[in-house]
Amino acid sequence: METKKKKEPKIGVLRFLGTNCDQDIWEACLATGLQPEWLWYQDRFEGSDYDGLIIPGGFSYGDYLRSGALAAKAPAMRDVSQAADNGVPIMGICNGFQILCEAQLLPGVLMKNQNGKFIDEWVDLEEGCKSKYTNKAKFRLPIAHGDGRYFIEEGPLKELQDNNQVWLRYFENPNGSTFDIAGVRSESGNVFGLMPHPERALFDWMGGSDGQSFFEGFLK
Amino acid sequence: MNQYTISVKVLPRPEVLDTQGRAVEATLKEGGLKLTQCRVGKYLEVEVSAANQELALEQVRKMADYVLYNPLIENFELEVKA
Repeated sequence: METKKKKEPKIGVLRFLGTNCDQDIWEACLATGLQPEWLWYQDRFEGSDYDGLIIPGGFSYGDYLRSGALAAKAPAMRDVSQAADNGVPIMGICNGFQILCEAQLLPGVLMKNQNGKFIDEWVDLEEGCKSKYTNKAKFRLPIAHGDGRYFIEEGPLKELQDNNQVWLRYFENPNGSTFDIAGVRSESGNVFGLMPHPERALFDWMGGSDGQSFFEGFLK
Repeated sequence: MNQYTISVKVLPRPEVLDTQGRAVEATLKEGGLKLTQCRVGKYLEVEVSAANQELALEQVRKMADYVLYNPLIENFELEVKA
């Protein structure tokens, strides 16, 4: 009898000049049953070739002008935008979150931390809305950012809340983010951005394994 | 066609917390210098060729909207340099 091998979901991993969490994302995909494939920022691609896209963290374009601003205009981002319109799941982590905001695929913007410092620590998080990622009431992930203060005005924040777009919230706000927001999702529900790094919390030896569900749940 | 140098001044909106401005302000005050407030932004110069000054400004305004400033947190001003 012929056994059909289950095909692993294909994930496009974007790389810009200055991306530095790309290898971690690659390994995280492999560890959670996803098949990663590199996407270069200057190249165009067909979004429908992928089951999902991930924009890793780093310092694209050295954070020149504003974090994520220049990367948001890169050729590959036109196809990310197209893929977002077509419902392809997209996750932006740290600098990837900043890029998605600057590309206006997610609301709001990330600004310099309130204390002016780069913060590198583990934080406790809760889900601000029901998502497919995890059913845990509380989970723990590392953050590492200088520009992680999520800023959004009162009116648009109300809209986020009404539309269930406040995805992740800090228990203890580390950076001055509006409404303790650590991650948001698009109104359409397929574009996600978060400042914490789930790829750095896959196994207990890394300090925690709460990040796993972010990859396993990515395509559900 | 004429050459124009247009300056673009980008400042954080007054209602947005300007962490850099606050840090500079604190340092100035600690140094015994008197001030009410300091804000930190960016200064850019763009050279364009255009038929006249109005069109030159229009070109740079488009650039500002495209990427030079983020309207959620910043304002910008243009000026034609002599």
